[in-house]
Amino acid sequence: MKNATPQAQTIQKEVTTGHVSAVEICREYLSKIDSLNPNLNAFNTIATEHALGAAKNIDIKRNTGKSLGPLAGVPIAIKDNLCVRGLRTTASSKVLSQYVPPYNATVIERLEAAGAVIIGKTNCDEFAMGSSNENSAFGAVMNPWDTTRAPGGSSGGSAAAVAANLVPVALGSDTGGSIRQPAALCGIVGLKPTYGRVSRYGLLAFASSLDQIGPMARSAADAALVLSVIAGSDSQDSTTSSEPVPDFLSELTGNVKGIRIGIPTSFINSGIDEEVGKAFELALNTLQNEGALLVEVDLPHARYAIPAYYLVATAEASSNLARYDGVRYGHRTSAKEIETLKEMYESTRDEGFGAEVKRRIMLGTYVLSAGYYDAYYRKAQQVRTLLRKDYEKTFQSVDVIAMPTTPTPSFSLGSKIDDPLQMYLGDIFTVSANLVGLPAISIPCGFVQATESNNTQKTLPIGLQLTGQMFDEATILRVADAYEQLTPWAQKTPDTVAT
Amino acid sequence: MSELTRNEVERIAKLAHLDLTENEKELFVRQLANILNYFEELQQLDTSGVLATAHVHNDFGTEREDKSGKSLPTTDALANAPDPDPEAGLFKVPRVI
Repeated sequence: MKNATPQAQTIQKEVTTGHVSAVEICREYLSKIDSLNPNLNAFNTIATEHALGAAKNIDIKRNTGKSLGPLAGVPIAIKDNLCVRGLRTTASSKVLSQYVPPYNATVIERLEAAGAVIIGKTNCDEFAMGSSNENSAFGAVMNPWDTTRAPGGSSGGSAAAVAANLVPVALGSDTGGSIRQPAALCGIVGLKPTYGRVSRYGLLAFASSLDQIGPMARSAADAALVLSVIAGSDSQDSTTSSEPVPDFLSELTGNVKGIRIGIPTSFINSGIDEEVGKAFELALNTLQNEGALLVEVDLPHARYAIPAYYLVATAEASSNLARYDGVRYGHRTSAKEIETLKEMYESTRDEGFGAEVKRRIMLGTYVLSAGYYDAYYRKAQQVRTLLRKDYEKTFQSVDVIAMPTTPTPSFSLGSKIDDPLQMYLGDIFTVSANLVGLPAISIPCGFVQATESNNTQKTLPIGLQLTGQMFDEATILRVADAYEQLTPWAQKTPDTVAT
Repeated sequence: MSELTRNEVERIAKLAHLDLTENEKELFVRQLANILNYFEELQQLDTSGVLATAHVHNDFGTEREDKSGKSLPTTDALANAPDPDPEAGLFKVPRVI
Protein backbone atom coordinates (compact mmCIF):
# COMPACT_ATOMS: atom_id res chain seq x y z
CA MET A 1 0.00 0.00 0.00
CA LYS A 2 1.14 3.49 -0.79
CA ASN A 3 0.47 6.84 0.79
CA ALA A 4 -2.37 8.95 -0.46
CA THR A 5 -1.56 11.66 -3.00
CA PRO A 6 -1.77 15.33 -2.03
CA GLN A 7 -5.18 16.40 -0.91
CA ALA A 8 -7.41 19.35 -1.68
CA GLN A 9 -5.87 21.68 0.87
CA THR A 10 -2.35 21.00 -0.40
CA ILE A 11 -3.37 21.57 -4.00
CA GLN A 12 -5.10 24.83 -3.10
CA LYS A 13 -1.94 26.08 -1.31
CA GLU A 14 0.37 25.09 -4.15
CA VAL A 15 -1.84 26.71 -6.77
CA THR A 16 -2.33 29.86 -4.70
CA THR A 17 1.41 30.29 -4.05
CA GLY A 18 2.20 29.55 -7.70
CA HIS A 19 4.33 26.44 -7.08
CA VAL A 20 2.22 24.67 -9.63
CA SER A 21 -0.42 25.87 -12.07
CA ALA A 22 -4.05 24.82 -11.93
CA VAL A 23 -3.70 23.62 -15.53
CA GLU A 24 -0.80 21.31 -14.57
CA ILE A 25 -2.82 19.85 -11.70
CA CYS A 26 -5.81 19.44 -13.96
CA ARG A 27 -3.77 17.64 -16.66
CA GLU A 28 -2.22 15.34 -14.04
CA TYR A 29 -5.64 14.22 -12.80
CA LEU A 30 -7.10 13.97 -16.32
CA SER A 31 -4.27 11.64 -17.28
CA LYS A 32 -4.90 9.46 -14.21
CA ILE A 33 -8.57 9.30 -15.16
CA ASP A 34 -7.66 8.36 -18.73
CA SER A 35 -5.43 5.51 -17.64
CA LEU A 36 -7.46 4.09 -14.74
CA ASN A 37 -11.10 4.88 -15.42
CA PRO A 38 -11.45 2.07 -18.00
CA ASN A 39 -10.83 -0.43 -15.15
CA LEU A 40 -13.31 1.24 -12.80
CA ASN A 41 -16.05 2.84 -14.96
CA ALA A 42 -16.29 5.57 -12.32
CA PHE A 43 -17.11 8.38 -14.78
CA ASN A 44 -20.09 8.81 -17.07
CA THR A 45 -18.59 11.97 -18.56
CA ILE A 46 -15.00 13.21 -18.45
CA ALA A 47 -15.19 16.99 -18.81
CA THR A 48 -11.74 17.64 -20.29
CA GLU A 49 -12.49 20.96 -22.01
CA HIS A 50 -14.67 22.30 -19.22
CA ALA A 51 -11.97 21.44 -16.65
CA LEU A 52 -9.02 22.84 -18.58
CA GLY A 53 -10.97 26.04 -19.28
CA ALA A 54 -11.78 26.47 -15.58
CA ALA A 55 -8.17 25.70 -14.58
CA LYS A 56 -6.86 28.22 -17.08
CA ASN A 57 -9.12 30.90 -15.60
CA ILE A 58 -7.72 30.17 -12.14
CA ASP A 59 -4.17 30.61 -13.45
CA ILE A 60 -5.09 33.88 -15.17
CA LYS A 61 -6.65 35.16 -11.95
CA ARG A 62 -3.52 34.29 -10.01
CA ASN A 63 -1.19 35.81 -12.61
CA THR A 64 -3.15 39.06 -12.55
CA GLY A 65 -2.94 39.26 -8.78
CA LYS A 66 -6.59 38.48 -8.03
CA SER A 67 -7.39 36.58 -4.85
CA LEU A 68 -8.19 32.89 -5.19
CA GLY A 69 -10.85 30.88 -3.41
CA PRO A 70 -10.50 28.13 -0.78
CA LEU A 71 -10.65 25.41 -3.47
CA ALA A 72 -8.56 27.16 -6.12
CA GLY A 73 -7.39 24.66 -8.70
CA VAL A 74 -8.80 21.63 -6.84
CA PRO A 75 -10.22 19.07 -9.26
CA ILE A 76 -13.57 17.71 -8.14
CA ALA A 77 -15.82 14.98 -9.52
CA ILE A 78 -19.59 15.50 -9.41
CA LYS A 79 -22.14 12.75 -9.06
CA ASP A 80 -24.13 12.57 -12.27
CA ASN A 81 -27.43 13.51 -10.59
CA LEU A 82 -26.26 17.10 -10.03
CA CYS A 83 -26.88 19.64 -12.77
CA VAL A 84 -23.85 21.34 -14.30
CA ARG A 85 -24.69 23.88 -16.99
CA GLY A 86 -23.61 22.64 -20.40
CA LEU A 87 -22.37 19.24 -19.14
CA ARG A 88 -24.44 16.17 -19.85
CA THR A 89 -26.24 15.10 -16.64
CA THR A 90 -27.89 11.69 -16.80
CA ALA A 91 -28.55 10.33 -13.26
CA SER A 92 -27.17 7.16 -14.93
CA SER A 93 -30.57 6.72 -16.57
CA LYS A 94 -31.49 6.03 -20.16
CA VAL A 95 -34.35 8.48 -19.70
CA LEU A 96 -31.83 11.36 -19.34
CA SER A 97 -28.95 9.94 -21.37
CA GLN A 98 -28.76 13.07 -23.57
CA TYR A 99 -29.86 15.71 -21.05
CA VAL A 100 -27.73 18.88 -20.93
CA PRO A 101 -28.85 21.16 -18.07
CA PRO A 102 -29.41 24.83 -18.86
CA TYR A 103 -28.55 25.76 -15.26
CA ASN A 104 -26.14 24.95 -12.42
CA ALA A 105 -27.03 23.33 -9.12
CA THR A 106 -26.37 25.75 -6.25
CA VAL A 107 -23.50 23.55 -5.02
CA ILE A 108 -21.87 23.86 -8.46
CA GLU A 109 -22.14 27.66 -8.38
CA ARG A 110 -20.53 27.68 -4.94
CA LEU A 111 -17.75 25.23 -5.84
CA GLU A 112 -16.83 27.18 -8.97
CA ALA A 113 -16.91 30.48 -7.10
CA ALA A 114 -14.43 28.91 -4.66
CA GLY A 115 -12.13 27.97 -7.54
CA ALA A 116 -12.86 24.24 -7.76
CA VAL A 117 -12.35 22.63 -11.17
CA ILE A 118 -15.14 20.29 -12.23
CA ILE A 119 -13.41 17.42 -13.95
CA GLY A 120 -16.26 15.03 -14.70
CA LYS A 121 -19.58 13.47 -13.83
CA THR A 122 -19.48 10.24 -11.88
CA ASN A 123 -21.44 7.05 -12.38
CA CYS A 124 -24.10 6.19 -9.82
CA ASP A 125 -27.12 3.97 -9.36
CA GLU A 126 -29.93 5.21 -11.59
CA PHE A 127 -31.56 8.23 -9.89
CA ALA A 128 -29.44 7.32 -6.82
CA MET A 129 -31.51 4.20 -6.19
CA GLY A 130 -29.26 1.36 -5.13
CA SER A 131 -26.51 0.19 -2.81
CA SER A 132 -24.09 -1.37 -5.30
CA ASN A 133 -23.89 0.97 -8.30
CA GLU A 134 -25.06 -1.90 -10.48
CA ASN A 135 -28.33 -0.12 -11.38
CA SER A 136 -26.70 2.16 -13.93
CA ALA A 137 -27.51 2.54 -17.63
CA PHE A 138 -23.74 3.09 -18.01
CA GLY A 139 -22.78 -0.23 -16.40
CA ALA A 140 -21.52 -1.10 -12.93
CA VAL A 141 -18.63 0.68 -11.20
CA MET A 142 -15.81 -1.54 -9.94
CA ASN A 143 -14.39 -1.29 -6.42
CA PRO A 144 -10.73 -0.18 -6.67
CA TRP A 145 -9.82 -2.58 -3.82
CA ASP A 146 -11.10 -5.54 -5.79
CA THR A 147 -12.56 -4.96 -9.22
CA THR A 148 -14.80 -8.04 -8.93
CA ARG A 149 -16.64 -6.34 -6.08
CA ALA A 150 -19.16 -3.51 -5.80
CA PRO A 151 -18.01 -0.02 -4.74
CA GLY A 152 -21.29 0.43 -2.91
CA GLY A 153 -23.94 2.91 -3.95
CA SER A 154 -25.46 4.94 -4.97
CA SER A 155 -22.49 7.38 -5.15
CA GLY A 156 -20.23 4.50 -6.22
CA GLY A 157 -18.46 6.39 -9.01
CA SER A 158 -17.55 9.29 -6.73
CA ALA A 159 -16.28 6.87 -4.06
CA ALA A 160 -14.22 4.77 -6.50
CA ALA A 161 -12.74 7.89 -8.12
CA VAL A 162 -11.60 9.32 -4.77
CA ALA A 163 -10.33 5.94 -3.50
CA ALA A 164 -8.28 5.43 -6.67
CA ASN A 165 -6.88 8.99 -6.52
CA LEU A 166 -8.54 9.97 -9.77
CA VAL A 167 -9.71 13.11 -7.94
CA PRO A 168 -8.88 14.50 -4.49
CA VAL A 169 -12.53 15.17 -3.66
CA ALA A 170 -15.99 14.50 -5.05
CA LEU A 171 -19.63 15.28 -4.37
CA GLY A 172 -22.21 12.61 -3.74
CA SER A 173 -25.82 12.60 -2.62
CA ASP A 174 -27.21 10.61 0.29
CA THR A 175 -30.87 9.59 0.65
CA GLY A 176 -30.41 6.46 2.77
CA GLY A 177 -26.62 6.05 2.93
CA SER A 178 -25.57 6.76 -0.65
CA ILE A 179 -22.53 8.80 0.40
CA ARG A 180 -21.54 6.89 3.55
CA GLN A 181 -21.97 3.30 2.37
CA PRO A 182 -19.78 3.59 -0.78
CA ALA A 183 -17.28 5.68 1.23
CA ALA A 184 -17.05 2.79 3.72
CA LEU A 185 -16.74 0.10 1.05
CA CYS A 186 -14.08 2.08 -0.86
CA GLY A 187 -12.08 3.17 2.23
CA ILE A 188 -12.64 6.93 2.10
CA VAL A 189 -14.41 9.67 4.07
CA GLY A 190 -18.05 10.49 3.21
CA LEU A 191 -20.25 13.04 4.96
CA LYS A 192 -24.02 13.41 4.84
CA PRO A 193 -24.75 16.87 6.25
CA THR A 194 -27.80 17.75 8.34
CA TYR A 195 -31.00 17.93 6.27
CA GLY A 196 -31.26 21.56 5.19
CA ARG A 197 -27.55 22.32 5.56
CA VAL A 198 -26.84 22.13 1.82
CA SER A 199 -29.11 23.38 -0.96
CA ARG A 200 -30.70 20.66 -3.09
CA TYR A 201 -31.41 23.04 -5.96
CA GLY A 202 -30.21 21.30 -9.13
CA LEU A 203 -30.09 17.84 -7.55
CA LEU A 204 -32.30 15.46 -9.54
CA ALA A 205 -34.77 14.64 -6.78
CA PHE A 206 -35.20 11.09 -5.46
CA ALA A 207 -36.85 11.50 -2.03
CA SER A 208 -37.07 15.17 -1.19
CA SER A 209 -37.49 14.87 2.59
CA LEU A 210 -34.37 12.66 2.82
CA ASP A 211 -31.93 13.78 0.07
CA GLN A 212 -28.76 15.69 1.01
CA ILE A 213 -25.62 16.51 -0.99
CA GLY A 214 -22.25 16.03 0.69
CA PRO A 215 -18.49 15.70 0.22
CA MET A 216 -16.42 12.56 -0.32
CA ALA A 217 -12.69 12.86 0.34
CA ARG A 218 -9.49 11.22 1.57
CA SER A 219 -9.59 13.06 4.88
CA ALA A 220 -12.00 14.66 7.32
CA ALA A 221 -10.17 17.95 6.73
CA ASP A 222 -10.93 17.95 3.01
CA ALA A 223 -14.54 17.00 3.70
CA ALA A 224 -14.72 19.93 6.15
CA LEU A 225 -13.24 22.29 3.57
CA VAL A 226 -15.72 21.30 0.85
CA LEU A 227 -18.66 21.41 3.27
CA SER A 228 -17.75 24.97 4.32
CA VAL A 229 -17.95 25.98 0.65
CA ILE A 230 -21.24 24.27 -0.29
CA ALA A 231 -23.23 24.77 2.94
CA GLY A 232 -25.65 27.56 3.79
CA SER A 233 -29.10 28.88 3.02
CA ASP A 234 -30.26 29.32 -0.55
CA SER A 235 -33.31 31.17 -1.82
CA GLN A 236 -33.70 28.48 -4.52
CA ASP A 237 -34.32 25.75 -1.90
CA SER A 238 -36.85 26.66 0.77
CA THR A 239 -35.80 23.66 2.89
CA THR A 240 -32.30 25.07 3.46
CA SER A 241 -31.69 26.37 6.95
CA SER A 242 -30.55 29.83 7.93
CA GLU A 243 -28.37 28.24 10.65
CA PRO A 244 -24.94 29.95 10.48
CA VAL A 245 -22.22 27.89 8.76
CA PRO A 246 -19.08 27.59 10.88
CA ASP A 247 -15.58 27.36 9.40
CA PHE A 248 -15.50 23.59 9.78
CA LEU A 249 -11.72 23.39 9.24
CA SER A 250 -11.00 25.50 12.30
CA GLU A 251 -13.13 23.12 14.39
CA LEU A 252 -10.66 20.27 13.82
CA THR A 253 -8.76 20.55 17.06
CA GLY A 254 -7.56 16.96 17.20
CA ASN A 255 -8.95 16.74 20.72
CA VAL A 256 -11.60 14.19 21.71
CA LYS A 257 -11.12 14.41 25.49
CA GLY A 258 -14.45 14.24 27.25
CA ILE A 259 -16.46 13.66 24.07
CA ARG A 260 -19.30 11.26 24.92
CA ILE A 261 -19.74 8.56 22.29
CA GLY A 262 -22.99 6.60 22.43
CA ILE A 263 -22.97 2.99 21.25
CA PRO A 264 -26.28 1.23 20.54
CA THR A 265 -24.77 -2.21 21.16
CA SER A 266 -27.87 -4.37 20.99
CA PHE A 267 -28.92 -2.81 17.67
CA ILE A 268 -25.43 -3.20 16.18
CA ASN A 269 -25.09 -6.83 17.21
CA SER A 270 -28.28 -7.81 15.43
CA GLY A 271 -26.59 -9.11 12.30
CA ILE A 272 -23.10 -7.87 11.73
CA ASP A 273 -20.04 -9.52 10.18
CA GLU A 274 -17.67 -10.69 12.94
CA GLU A 275 -14.62 -8.97 11.44
CA VAL A 276 -16.51 -5.70 11.05
CA GLY A 277 -17.52 -5.95 14.71
CA LYS A 278 -13.90 -6.43 15.80
CA ALA A 279 -12.67 -3.44 13.80
CA PHE A 280 -15.48 -1.33 15.25
CA GLU A 281 -14.51 -2.30 18.82
CA LEU A 282 -10.87 -1.46 18.13
CA ALA A 283 -11.85 1.93 16.73
CA LEU A 284 -13.82 2.70 19.89
CA ASN A 285 -10.88 1.63 22.08
CA THR A 286 -8.60 3.98 20.15
CA LEU A 287 -10.93 6.90 20.82
CA GLN A 288 -11.38 5.88 24.46
CA ASN A 289 -7.59 5.86 24.95
CA GLU A 290 -7.59 9.48 23.81
CA GLY A 291 -10.07 10.45 26.48
CA ALA A 292 -13.41 9.94 24.75
CA LEU A 293 -16.11 8.46 26.98
CA LEU A 294 -18.01 5.43 25.73
CA VAL A 295 -21.66 5.32 26.74
CA GLU A 296 -24.06 2.44 26.17
CA VAL A 297 -27.27 3.74 24.53
CA ASP A 298 -30.49 2.30 23.20
CA LEU A 299 -32.33 3.20 19.98
CA PRO A 300 -35.36 0.93 20.39
CA HIS A 301 -36.96 1.87 17.05
CA ALA A 302 -33.83 1.61 14.91
CA ARG A 303 -34.76 -1.93 13.93
CA TYR A 304 -37.84 -0.53 12.15
CA ALA A 305 -35.81 1.99 10.17
CA ILE A 306 -35.45 -0.11 7.00
CA PRO A 307 -39.16 -0.67 6.32
CA ALA A 308 -39.95 2.92 7.36
CA TYR A 309 -37.23 4.24 5.09
CA TYR A 310 -38.18 2.19 2.04
CA LEU A 311 -41.82 3.20 2.44
CA VAL A 312 -41.08 6.93 2.68
CA ALA A 313 -38.35 6.88 0.01
CA THR A 314 -40.33 4.95 -2.61
CA ALA A 315 -43.48 7.01 -2.00
CA GLU A 316 -41.56 10.25 -2.56
CA ALA A 317 -39.70 8.74 -5.52
CA SER A 318 -42.88 7.68 -7.29
CA SER A 319 -44.06 11.27 -7.08
CA ASN A 320 -40.73 12.90 -8.01
CA LEU A 321 -40.14 10.66 -11.02
CA ALA A 322 -43.56 11.42 -12.51
CA ARG A 323 -41.85 14.32 -14.30
CA TYR A 324 -40.00 11.99 -16.69
CA ASP A 325 -42.74 11.70 -19.26
CA GLY A 326 -41.02 12.39 -22.56
CA VAL A 327 -42.47 15.89 -22.98
CA ARG A 328 -40.07 18.57 -21.75
CA TYR A 329 -36.75 16.68 -21.68
CA GLY A 330 -35.27 13.24 -21.91
CA HIS A 331 -36.13 10.10 -23.77
CA ARG A 332 -39.39 9.75 -25.71
CA THR A 333 -40.51 6.46 -27.16
CA SER A 334 -40.15 6.05 -30.89
CA ALA A 335 -42.63 3.16 -30.99
CA LYS A 336 -44.73 3.50 -34.14
CA GLU A 337 -48.11 2.44 -32.82
CA ILE A 338 -48.39 5.26 -30.27
CA GLU A 339 -51.61 7.20 -30.74
CA THR A 340 -52.51 8.81 -27.43
CA LEU A 341 -50.64 10.90 -24.91
CA LYS A 342 -51.12 8.24 -22.26
CA GLU A 343 -49.60 5.56 -24.47
CA MET A 344 -46.65 7.84 -25.12
CA TYR A 345 -46.11 8.31 -21.37
CA GLU A 346 -46.38 4.62 -20.61
CA SER A 347 -44.00 3.42 -23.33
CA THR A 348 -41.53 6.24 -22.73
CA ARG A 349 -41.30 5.45 -19.04
CA ASP A 350 -41.07 1.69 -19.47
CA GLU A 351 -38.26 2.12 -22.02
CA GLY A 352 -36.46 4.87 -20.12
CA PHE A 353 -36.27 3.49 -16.57
CA GLY A 354 -34.23 0.53 -15.36
CA ALA A 355 -35.56 -2.35 -13.24
CA GLU A 356 -34.80 -0.95 -9.77
CA VAL A 357 -36.31 2.45 -10.55
CA LYS A 358 -39.47 0.82 -11.87
CA ARG A 359 -39.63 -1.43 -8.80
CA ARG A 360 -39.47 1.61 -6.53
CA ILE A 361 -41.99 3.62 -8.55
CA MET A 362 -44.33 0.61 -8.33
CA LEU A 363 -43.81 0.23 -4.57
CA GLY A 364 -44.26 3.94 -3.96
CA THR A 365 -47.39 4.12 -6.09
CA TYR A 366 -48.79 1.09 -4.28
CA VAL A 367 -48.21 2.41 -0.76
CA LEU A 368 -49.73 5.79 -1.66
CA SER A 369 -52.75 4.30 -3.42
CA ALA A 370 -56.25 4.40 -1.98
CA GLY A 371 -56.73 1.91 0.84
CA TYR A 372 -53.04 1.45 1.62
CA TYR A 373 -51.97 4.97 2.59
CA ASP A 374 -52.68 4.61 6.33
CA ALA A 375 -51.33 1.09 6.66
CA TYR A 376 -48.04 1.88 4.97
CA TYR A 377 -47.15 5.50 4.34
CA ARG A 378 -48.72 7.06 7.41
CA LYS A 379 -47.40 4.24 9.58
CA ALA A 380 -43.88 4.84 8.25
CA GLN A 381 -44.14 8.55 9.05
CA GLN A 382 -45.23 7.71 12.59
CA VAL A 383 -42.24 5.41 13.00
CA ARG A 384 -40.14 8.29 11.80
CA THR A 385 -41.46 10.33 14.73
CA LEU A 386 -40.63 7.52 17.19
CA LEU A 387 -37.12 7.27 15.76
CA ARG A 388 -36.62 11.03 16.11
CA LYS A 389 -37.60 10.75 19.76
CA ASP A 390 -35.08 7.92 20.25
CA TYR A 391 -32.33 10.15 18.91
CA GLU A 392 -33.48 13.25 20.82
CA LYS A 393 -33.43 11.30 24.06
CA THR A 394 -30.06 9.72 23.33
CA PHE A 395 -28.45 13.06 22.51
CA GLN A 396 -29.34 14.33 25.97
CA SER A 397 -26.51 12.19 27.30
CA VAL A 398 -24.03 11.83 24.41
CA ASP A 399 -22.36 14.07 21.79
CA VAL A 400 -22.09 11.55 18.95
CA ILE A 401 -23.45 8.09 18.23
CA ALA A 402 -21.08 5.47 16.76
CA MET A 403 -22.01 2.49 14.59
CA PRO A 404 -20.36 0.56 11.83
CA THR A 405 -21.37 2.10 8.49
CA THR A 406 -22.22 -1.28 6.96
CA PRO A 407 -22.75 -4.76 8.40
CA THR A 408 -20.29 -6.32 5.92
CA PRO A 409 -17.41 -5.27 3.68
CA SER A 410 -17.90 -4.97 -0.09
CA PHE A 411 -19.68 -7.88 -1.81
CA SER A 412 -19.20 -9.45 -5.23
CA LEU A 413 -20.79 -7.74 -8.21
CA GLY A 414 -23.94 -9.64 -9.15
CA SER A 415 -24.31 -11.37 -5.78
CA LYS A 416 -27.35 -9.39 -4.54
CA ILE A 417 -28.79 -7.84 -7.66
CA ASP A 418 -31.55 -10.44 -8.10
CA ASP A 419 -32.69 -10.12 -4.49
CA PRO A 420 -33.74 -6.50 -3.91
CA LEU A 421 -34.81 -7.07 -0.31
CA GLN A 422 -31.38 -8.52 0.57
CA MET A 423 -29.80 -5.39 -0.97
CA TYR A 424 -32.10 -3.11 1.08
CA LEU A 425 -31.23 -4.86 4.36
CA GLY A 426 -27.56 -3.85 3.94
CA ASP A 427 -28.64 -0.23 4.59
CA ILE A 428 -29.58 -1.01 8.20
CA PHE A 429 -27.05 1.38 9.82
CA THR A 430 -27.33 4.30 7.41
CA VAL A 431 -31.03 4.97 6.76
CA SER A 432 -31.87 6.30 10.24
CA ALA A 433 -29.77 9.45 9.84
CA ASN A 434 -31.84 10.40 6.78
CA LEU A 435 -35.16 9.65 8.43
CA VAL A 436 -34.28 11.90 11.38
CA GLY A 437 -32.28 14.47 9.36
CA LEU A 438 -29.08 14.24 11.41
CA PRO A 439 -25.53 14.64 10.05
CA ALA A 440 -23.44 11.46 9.77
CA ILE A 441 -19.95 10.68 8.53
CA SER A 442 -18.26 7.46 7.50
CA ILE A 443 -14.50 7.20 7.95
CA PRO A 444 -12.13 4.31 7.23
CA CYS A 445 -11.64 2.21 10.38
CA GLY A 446 -9.68 -0.81 9.24
CA PHE A 447 -9.48 -3.64 6.77
CA VAL A 448 -10.69 -7.20 6.64
CA GLN A 449 -9.28 -10.11 4.66
CA ALA A 450 -11.68 -11.80 2.27
CA THR A 451 -10.96 -15.02 0.44
CA GLU A 452 -11.84 -15.05 -3.24
CA SER A 453 -13.29 -18.03 -5.06
CA ASN A 454 -9.80 -18.72 -6.49
CA ASN A 455 -8.41 -18.71 -2.93
CA THR A 456 -6.53 -15.41 -3.24
CA GLN A 457 -6.84 -12.98 -0.35
CA LYS A 458 -8.26 -9.51 -0.82
CA THR A 459 -7.96 -6.65 1.61
CA LEU A 460 -11.24 -4.75 1.92
CA PRO A 461 -11.87 -1.49 3.80
CA ILE A 462 -14.67 -0.93 6.29
CA GLY A 463 -16.15 2.21 7.80
CA LEU A 464 -16.94 3.74 11.17
CA GLN A 465 -20.06 5.90 11.19
CA LEU A 466 -20.47 8.83 13.54
CA THR A 467 -23.86 10.53 13.81
CA GLY A 468 -24.05 14.02 15.28
CA GLN A 469 -26.69 16.34 16.62
CA MET A 470 -28.74 18.62 14.36
CA PHE A 471 -26.37 21.05 12.55
CA ASP A 472 -23.40 19.77 14.54
CA GLU A 473 -21.25 18.50 11.68
CA ALA A 474 -18.34 20.16 13.50
CA THR A 475 -18.23 17.58 16.29
CA ILE A 476 -18.38 14.49 14.07
CA LEU A 477 -15.72 16.03 11.82
CA ARG A 478 -13.56 16.74 14.87
CA VAL A 479 -13.81 13.13 16.11
CA ALA A 480 -13.23 11.83 12.57
CA ASP A 481 -10.15 13.99 12.10
CA ALA A 482 -8.72 13.03 15.50
CA TYR A 483 -9.26 9.33 14.78
CA GLU A 484 -7.57 9.75 11.40
CA GLN A 485 -4.46 11.19 13.10
CA LEU A 486 -4.30 8.14 15.40
CA THR A 487 -4.68 5.45 12.75
CA PRO A 488 -3.15 4.67 9.32
CA TRP A 489 -6.40 3.75 7.57
CA ALA A 490 -7.18 6.96 5.69
CA GLN A 491 -3.69 6.95 4.15
CA LYS A 492 -4.12 3.59 2.44
CA THR A 493 -4.56 3.38 -1.30
CA PRO A 494 -5.43 0.23 -3.23
CA ASP A 495 -2.31 -1.32 -4.82
CA THR A 496 -4.11 -2.29 -7.99
CA VAL A 497 -4.72 1.27 -9.06
CA ALA A 498 -2.05 3.34 -7.30
CA THR A 499 0.15 5.21 -9.74
CA MET B 1 -48.83 -12.10 4.64
CA SER B 2 -49.48 -9.67 1.81
CA GLU B 3 -50.93 -11.16 -1.31
CA LEU B 4 -50.20 -9.21 -4.43
CA THR B 5 -52.07 -10.32 -7.49
CA ARG B 6 -51.12 -9.82 -11.08
CA ASN B 7 -54.22 -7.67 -11.50
CA GLU B 8 -53.03 -5.44 -8.73
CA VAL B 9 -49.59 -5.07 -10.32
CA GLU B 10 -51.31 -4.09 -13.57
CA ARG B 11 -53.51 -1.58 -11.74
CA ILE B 12 -50.49 0.03 -10.06
CA ALA B 13 -48.55 0.11 -13.34
CA LYS B 14 -51.46 2.02 -14.91
CA LEU B 15 -51.43 4.54 -12.06
CA ALA B 16 -47.65 4.92 -12.44
CA HIS B 17 -47.81 5.29 -16.25
CA LEU B 18 -45.60 2.27 -16.84
CA ASP B 19 -46.28 -0.06 -19.76
CA LEU B 20 -44.64 -3.09 -18.12
CA THR B 21 -43.66 -6.12 -20.18
CA GLU B 22 -45.05 -9.54 -19.31
CA ASN B 23 -41.70 -10.52 -17.76
CA GLU B 24 -41.64 -7.40 -15.61
CA LYS B 25 -45.16 -8.06 -14.37
CA GLU B 26 -44.23 -11.58 -13.38
CA LEU B 27 -41.04 -10.45 -11.65
CA PHE B 28 -42.76 -7.62 -9.77
CA VAL B 29 -45.64 -9.79 -8.52
CA ARG B 30 -43.04 -11.92 -6.75
CA GLN B 31 -40.54 -9.24 -5.67
CA LEU B 32 -43.04 -6.63 -4.51
CA ALA B 33 -44.95 -9.22 -2.49
CA ASN B 34 -41.70 -10.23 -0.82
CA ILE B 35 -40.81 -6.62 0.04
CA LEU B 36 -44.33 -5.68 1.20
CA ASN B 37 -44.34 -8.76 3.37
CA TYR B 38 -41.18 -7.54 5.06
CA PHE B 39 -42.79 -4.11 5.56
CA GLU B 40 -45.48 -5.87 7.63
CA GLU B 41 -42.96 -5.81 10.48
CA LEU B 42 -44.11 -2.25 11.15
CA GLN B 43 -47.59 -3.48 12.05
CA GLN B 44 -46.12 -4.92 15.28
CA LEU B 45 -45.64 -1.38 16.52
CA ASP B 46 -48.46 0.40 18.27
CA THR B 47 -48.40 3.90 16.83
CA SER B 48 -51.80 5.09 17.97
CA GLY B 49 -51.62 8.75 18.93
CA VAL B 50 -48.18 9.23 17.37
CA LEU B 51 -47.93 12.26 15.10
CA ALA B 52 -46.59 11.69 11.58
CA THR B 53 -43.26 13.22 10.55
CA ALA B 54 -43.34 14.41 6.97
CA HIS B 55 -40.32 16.63 7.37
CA VAL B 56 -37.63 16.94 10.05
CA HIS B 57 -37.45 20.72 10.45
CA ASN B 58 -40.19 22.94 11.74
CA ASP B 59 -38.67 26.23 10.70
CA PHE B 60 -38.25 25.86 6.96
CA GLY B 61 -40.12 27.72 4.29
CA THR B 62 -38.90 31.23 5.01
CA GLU B 63 -40.73 33.81 2.97
CA ARG B 64 -39.14 36.10 0.46
CA GLU B 65 -40.28 39.24 -1.26
CA ASP B 66 -42.75 38.58 -4.06
CA LYS B 67 -40.46 39.87 -6.79
CA SER B 68 -39.98 38.27 -10.18
CA GLY B 69 -36.45 37.08 -10.86
CA LYS B 70 -34.55 35.69 -13.81
CA SER B 71 -36.22 32.81 -15.57
CA LEU B 72 -35.11 30.39 -18.24
CA PRO B 73 -35.23 31.75 -21.83
CA THR B 74 -37.68 29.78 -24.00
CA THR B 75 -34.93 28.51 -26.30
CA ASP B 76 -33.04 27.05 -23.32
CA ALA B 77 -36.20 25.53 -21.89
CA LEU B 78 -36.95 23.84 -25.22
CA ALA B 79 -33.35 22.73 -25.90
CA ASN B 80 -33.77 19.30 -24.28
CA ALA B 81 -37.27 18.57 -25.53
CA PRO B 82 -37.75 15.49 -27.70
CA ASP B 83 -40.25 17.28 -29.96
CA PRO B 84 -40.12 21.06 -29.56
CA ASP B 85 -41.62 23.73 -31.74
CA PRO B 86 -39.16 26.59 -31.14
CA GLU B 87 -40.99 29.08 -33.34
CA ALA B 88 -44.27 28.66 -31.51
CA GLY B 89 -42.44 28.13 -28.21
CA LEU B 90 -44.18 24.81 -27.54
CA PHE B 91 -43.54 21.24 -26.47
CA LYS B 92 -45.38 18.97 -28.89
CA VAL B 93 -47.16 15.80 -27.75
CA PRO B 94 -49.39 13.22 -29.45
CA ARG B 95 -52.95 14.27 -30.06
CA VAL B 96 -54.89 14.72 -26.82
CA ILE B 97 -58.43 15.24 -28.07
